[in-house]
Amino acid sequence: MVQLRRVAVLATALTVGLTAACSSTTKKASDTGSPTATGVKKGLTVYFIPKDTQNPYEVIADNGGKAALSELGGKVVVSSGTADTAAAQIPSIQAAIQAHADAIVIAGNDPKSLCPSLGQAYSAGIKIVSFDSDVQCPNHLFINQADTKQIGTSEVDLLAKQIGSAGDIAILSAAATATNQNAWIGYMKDQLKTYPNMHLVKTVYGNDDPAMSLTVLQGLLSAYPTLKGIISPTTVGISTAAQYLSTHKDIAKKVTLTGLGLPSQMKPYIHDGTVKAFELWDPGNLGYLAGYAAASLASGSASLTAGTKFTAGKLKEYTVLPAAGDTGPSVVLGPPTVFDASNVDKYNF
Amino acid sequence: MTVITAPLVRRMFRAEGLLRARELAIVIAILVVFVATTINNHAFAEAHSVQQLLTGASLIALLAVGETLVIVTRNVDLSVGSVVGLSAYVVGDVFVHHPHTPAFVGFLLGTAIGAVVGAINGLITTIARVPSLVVTLASLYIVRGIDARIVNGKRIDPVNVPHAFTEVGYKTVLGIPYLAIIVAVIVFVVGYAMRTFRSSRDLYAIGSNPEAATLAGVPAGRRVVSAFTISGALAGFGGALFLAEFATVDATGGTGYELSVIAAVVVGGVAIFGGSGTVLGAALGAVLLNTINQALVASRISSFWNQAVAGALLLAAIAFDRWVGLRVNRRMQTAEGAHRDV
Amino acid sequence: MSDTQTAPPAVTAVDAPGRELPWRAALRWESGLVIVLIATLIFARTQSGDFFTPSTTFYIGLNMGEIAIMALPLMLIVMTGEIDLSVASMLGLSGTIMGYLFEHHWNIYLAMAGALVVGAVGGALNGVLVTRLGLPSIAVTIGTLTLFRGLAEVILGNSTVGGYPASLTKIGVVPIQGTQLSYSVVIFLALAVICAIVLHATPLGRAIFAVGLQSEAAHFAGIRVGRIKFWLYVLSGAVCALAGILFTLKNASARYDAGTGLELNVVAIVLLGGVSIFGGRGSVIGVVLSVVIVGCLQQALTQMHVDAQVQNIVLGGLLLVSVIVPNGGEAVRRIRARTRRRVPA
Repeated sequence: MVQLRRVAVLATALTVGLTAACSSTTKKASDTGSPTATGVKKGLTVYFIPKDTQNPYEVIADNGGKAALSELGGKVVVSSGTADTAAAQIPSIQAAIQAHADAIVIAGNDPKSLCPSLGQAYSAGIKIVSFDSDVQCPNHLFINQADTKQIGTSEVDLLAKQIGSAGDIAILSAAATATNQNAWIGYMKDQLKTYPNMHLVKTVYGNDDPAMSLTVLQGLLSAYPTLKGIISPTTVGISTAAQYLSTHKDIAKKVTLTGLGLPSQMKPYIHDGTVKAFELWDPGNLGYLAGYAAASLASGSASLTAGTKFTAGKLKEYTVLPAAGDTGPSVVLGPPTVFDASNVDKYNF
Repeated sequence: MTVITAPLVRRMFRAEGLLRARELAIVIAILVVFVATTINNHAFAEAHSVQQLLTGASLIALLAVGETLVIVTRNVDLSVGSVVGLSAYVVGDVFVHHPHTPAFVGFLLGTAIGAVVGAINGLITTIARVPSLVVTLASLYIVRGIDARIVNGKRIDPVNVPHAFTEVGYKTVLGIPYLAIIVAVIVFVVGYAMRTFRSSRDLYAIGSNPEAATLAGVPAGRRVVSAFTISGALAGFGGALFLAEFATVDATGGTGYELSVIAAVVVGGVAIFGGSGTVLGAALGAVLLNTINQALVASRISSFWNQAVAGALLLAAIAFDRWVGLRVNRRMQTAEGAHRDV
Repeated sequence: MSDTQTAPPAVTAVDAPGRELPWRAALRWESGLVIVLIATLIFARTQSGDFFTPSTTFYIGLNMGEIAIMALPLMLIVMTGEIDLSVASMLGLSGTIMGYLFEHHWNIYLAMAGALVVGAVGGALNGVLVTRLGLPSIAVTIGTLTLFRGLAEVILGNSTVGGYPASLTKIGVVPIQGTQLSYSVVIFLALAVICAIVLHATPLGRAIFAVGLQSEAAHFAGIRVGRIKFWLYVLSGAVCALAGILFTLKNASARYDAGTGLELNVVAIVLLGGVSIFGGRGSVIGVVLSVVIVGCLQQALTQMHVDAQVQNIVLGGLLLVSVIVPNGGEAVRRIRARTRRRVPA
């Protein structure tokens, strides 16, 4: 099953043009390591520190983590700020240290700012897991929602397929400093090189605020009347853009929208034809996997060594991948799901 | 008493006549930005783009109307952004639980929520005689906190907002967006009232000289409470419009609007220390700021420049106002001298 | 507009307790704050098992340090009847400048000096606009709030600058050896002592009180009102730049949006500290107490897993109560007086 999953990831990765380097790391990951299925301690306390406590996407992920820990007989404390800033997350890390938590699962609002505090937590014996948005600090495991490169490339491919691989396109992102967004956008730019007739004319930032996203989107549309496509790799951005296009049909006819969105939010726009297809993973599963990873690390039944295997409940077994580039040891949830009219109603997140 | 009020009122009327020049200046500024951008990028003048300019400015313009009423009385309302967020979510929540609620009920509810917060702000400010900056800073925090408690990590999705309600956010009549029409009507109604009714003119009297106004028999407390209540009600109504426009809202809706609103009011020529300024000016200020924001994008300037340009512009507007104000003052002094001679 | 600045402040201040000696009013306020502080500590003790651990002191210091530092010059500015809302943007801008220069191979200390200079220049811009052009400070500093943040955004865009020497970034990780005090909090305390001496024991301090109480009278008494205000803005800019440097080192990274929205927290702390928004009243001890109260409260609520936004209800409530209670007696007296006056009529 696990091998199958890995093969599936590999296959998808290859089809979207993944380089040999990455596939070889996947192979290397599977030949070392000792499978440890059980051995998770009971009564663990895991602090979930999302980007902010009020973002619905993060809430779904946190609930996944809660489900994981309740299966394992432990508990999850969700603590974070309300603005997406690293400074707002630091008090939560401190609270975790003071409460002698066993592990911290964090979605970083900034790649570097959290390192001093996370370093403190690590030296206090707390295991660190990052998810959703990675931090560039030592000694932690990153639970990647899907291969970073794969998200970037597949978004471009998805759009290319819909606009005939030609025309001006733009990106509607979240905060200008968001780690995951910038990583994906980087790979999008790489992938665009394989489409000589598609041109990225602009990247705008809506700060994951509907009003701000709409304002920059409107500006984008009037600045680039020839725009053929928009990629919005953020749930707030894509839903705001979809709402606008669905109410301005004449623009929707000219502009194709895709990106990362929640099926529950995007359903009406798929059905009314505003959006043909978009992608996402199940944020609940992401939190669930992060919860299992944190518990396994805290119990010593998993480690940061590449090739270590651990079991994540209903999601079965996962293998720790070795560090590559800016990313330390990581685990990939799986390939993202593409949603369209045929399957969007089957999902409830 | 009439001895005191008569010159006061006369003074205000004259001031208003001169201030119309101020509004004209903003209109000219808007046109300059618009034309300059259009030369650069013809798409800026297309119907869609112009509709976007109007829609984008509507919400801040609406809030600026209420804020103007408060600021002319030498007070300030910092809670508007939080009220927008609370009202938008609560209205959305009603639609989630009672999908067949008529659209107008949503707007009424939003307005009522805002009016309650506004009245509380006003009552605390006047009864306890606490500076409104402090009171509304506190209510900014408290209302946002209550909003966060109610929202609790949930979100209103477009599927849950009735079509009849979201139509208000995007439909157009003769090419003019509903939103812009609604806000324009409010601007003109309030603007007319501010010039015509005695009670509204009292607001200016309170703002330009509170002691004199009280001595002249103006019920300052009651008027200030009304100003806050109207500001709150408009912010609450704005929250409902927010939901209609975006069809989605979470706990962060309207965050930081207070500063944009005050910026619009100041650019619109309303004196931050009260006593002068018009709602039309404030609304035009909102349109100007939004036009500049959009123009930057349309001119393909990096979006990283938006804030810097907006800040510089704001300072320029304040300085310009000061310059005009000095000239008006001088003219008014000479005029008053002449009047006394007669 | 200029005469509104020098005229007796707003409606609400007309019968504020101006007749009382400013010191006495402040003392009364401080005793109130001490009671609130004790209540906060009792609350923290009963609600959070982790509160009375040594690291709590360090964490409170770490979290509050920069905000507290920015509160000191703001307090002086508010005491002269003006305001500075650009403090948090200056924190972001100075951190950005420091990061930018460091990235361009400047020596780290030179980069810090550069940030301080930019801070002072930014403060001077506020000062010139307020004192020379006579513009309302609230409007000016909302403008520079946007401008400073915007410049920071232009300089750094979406990049983050890190890689500072570990000997400096340790201020975000460890307390000063042998204590539980963070570096930022010690700097705050040192600045607070200087501030207290200047404010309460020098002619300059008396001049600041005088400017706030009666700007015009102070002017006729030979106090150079404009000059004092100007230099307070320069001071505010430089001190906020210092806070920006500390903030950057603490987080081991510089980004343009550092500290966004903190201006309202700083204002809230100053007001809770008993500084009158109309000027002329306030004490350094009040501001220090207010910092401690807010720090303890936030720490306790975080330990209790109270959502940060819900914590704001407590902060807002405290702010409201703190201004209503002292004015409450006054209000009751006034209402009674009014009804008495009405009865015979």
